[in-house]
Amino acid sequence: MILRLLTYSRHAGAWAATVAITLFGLAVLTFVIGRVVPIDPVLAIVGDKASPDVYQRVFIELGRDKPLYVQFATYVSGLLHGDFGQSFVTSRPVLSDLLDFFPATLELSTIGLLIGMVLGIPAGVAAAYWHEKWPDHLVRLIALVGYSVPVFWLGLVGLFFLYFKLDWVSGPGQLDVFYQGIVENRTGSILIDSALAGEWEVFWNAMSHIILPALLLGYYSLAYIGRMTRSMMLDQLNREYVLTARLKGASEFEVVVGHALRNAAIPLVTIVALSYGSLLEGSVLVETIFSWPGIGNYLASSLFRADMNAVLGGTLVVGAVFVFLNMLSDALYGVLDPRAREHLS
Amino acid sequence: MSSTLSIEPISSRQALRMARRAEFNRFVSRFRRNRLGMAGLAILILLVFCAIFAPLLSTHDPYLPDLAKRLSAPGAEFWLGADELGRDIYTRILYGSRLTLMIVLQVVVTAAPVGLVVGAISGTYGGIVDKIFMRITDVFLAVPKLLLALAFVAALGPGIFNAVLAITLTAWPPYARMARAEALVVRNADYVNAARLAGASQAYLIVRHIMPMCLSSVIVRMTLDMAGVILIAAGLGFIGLGAQPPLPEWGAMISTGRKFIFDQWWVATMPGIAIFLVCLGFNLLGDAMRDLLDPHLRQRG
Repeated sequence: MILRLLTYSRHAGAWAATVAITLFGLAVLTFVIGRVVPIDPVLAIVGDKASPDVYQRVFIELGRDKPLYVQFATYVSGLLHGDFGQSFVTSRPVLSDLLDFFPATLELSTIGLLIGMVLGIPAGVAAAYWHEKWPDHLVRLIALVGYSVPVFWLGLVGLFFLYFKLDWVSGPGQLDVFYQGIVENRTGSILIDSALAGEWEVFWNAMSHIILPALLLGYYSLAYIGRMTRSMMLDQLNREYVLTARLKGASEFEVVVGHALRNAAIPLVTIVALSYGSLLEGSVLVETIFSWPGIGNYLASSLFRADMNAVLGGTLVVGAVFVFLNMLSDALYGVLDPRAREHLS
Repeated sequence: MSSTLSIEPISSRQALRMARRAEFNRFVSRFRRNRLGMAGLAILILLVFCAIFAPLLSTHDPYLPDLAKRLSAPGAEFWLGADELGRDIYTRILYGSRLTLMIVLQVVVTAAPVGLVVGAISGTYGGIVDKIFMRITDVFLAVPKLLLALAFVAALGPGIFNAVLAITLTAWPPYARMARAEALVVRNADYVNAARLAGASQAYLIVRHIMPMCLSSVIVRMTLDMAGVILIAAGLGFIGLGAQPPLPEWGAMISTGRKFIFDQWWVATMPGIAIFLVCLGFNLLGDAMRDLLDPHLRQRG
């Protein structure tokens, strides 16, 4: 028992070290990108009509006269204290901007992921069970289209048909103007806030706004999760234990769900985590189209104004979330799979 | 070619050439039977055809505005409609295929070789070199590709050249990972050890014996990646950081059409269909090539 705890903690140590090294590399990367910017941050502050004296003073204030490694050390220690620099556009610390915009992205991508999981896993299982039959072809077609169609284009087409032509959903934004400001902001998610406050009218309006972008993201995660589930289930259904279970007289449902899916579930955890990460990426384009007030929209608008602190801060935060999701799925793998556990000790 | 001096019926070099030709012919005949793969190949041949013969196939000038006919609906004069400056969308899509092809080729000739070399070196040498290289690829893989490309373009400034550069910078790590995995397998193979004992240098081993073994999986991966590359390039164009107007880049064309999506739907939808078809072509071809060339990936597809 103690031995097992010890191996766990040693593994946790190695795990933390990997996370730390990757995050450090991420900081190096963003620092380098920030360095090669041809836009002079001093000019961005003082304007091009400033006297050389003023320019020199700001130049020193920003620490640009120091050697690169000193600048890097300052940068990293700032990051560790939660200082991502100031946004030139909003004149606020980048971190508080990001914290303001993050809940909307989280809300959107979580619903997208739920849609992807609820539809994708059964679809993948069905495709593997009826291999080379119509459910299989359908799932492969859905995945193929998902891998080939530009998300921003599908979003525009969706707006055209479902909002403009059919009027089934609401247009861009989180809420109609009429409903704005009714519900007090507590969790950052309008759906949860309005449900907590019992404002069901607001809730349904928010729902009609979020459904299209969430379905859009959900489709992409469905394509990925469905395809992966299919191939993992195909792998499992060909194993001998499946045959054994059938010979013993287990029902088909029992064989597929109770035996094969159970074994496929462990790698599926990784797939779902990865797909959550890629939803954060997809949300950049989706949020732009749907004027969704999330990180993606914030990044896109900062990009235009060459607000490098905001861009790099956003990259760093999303990158860190990505790293944690990856590492978390690795760790879960070890916890869920007895073989991986044995392998460690 | 035929050496009259040689006493042996065929030299080893000729035998090698014949074996390769036979292998290639076998690949071609198996590929022909894969209907989806052939469909993908047909789409891509069409793309190349459009790119080369764009001036002959087009009906208008891709850049000349004709404000009197702005936003014309698809019809006899403008087959796929006209955009906000009265330019023919069909013509612009044709010329845009050149940009798409250029982006794809750039990534093929830069990202994949860089990844291949880094991976082969990393896998062959092992030890500290391997650790350092793999940590670097980890960092690149840790950030979503589009986001990293966005950050690079933001730093370098908008434009199609910088967009391609940014995509290349984000695209090489998966190739390095893959080449490394292959190199780890073959670096202690008997034939490599034999060459090593015969006095081959490490560089010679990597270039002549290890990299060729990584090639087929890199090619498969490259074909499968192309759709992603095109989508990212189009995404950059759509956000406004890729190709700049008046270049007929498909993503940028969708971006201008966005303003007219409700009343003049064709401006944004037509280029999107072009992107979709080309990506579909690459995905179909890539799937077929993976099934044929990569037996150990077959089950996972």
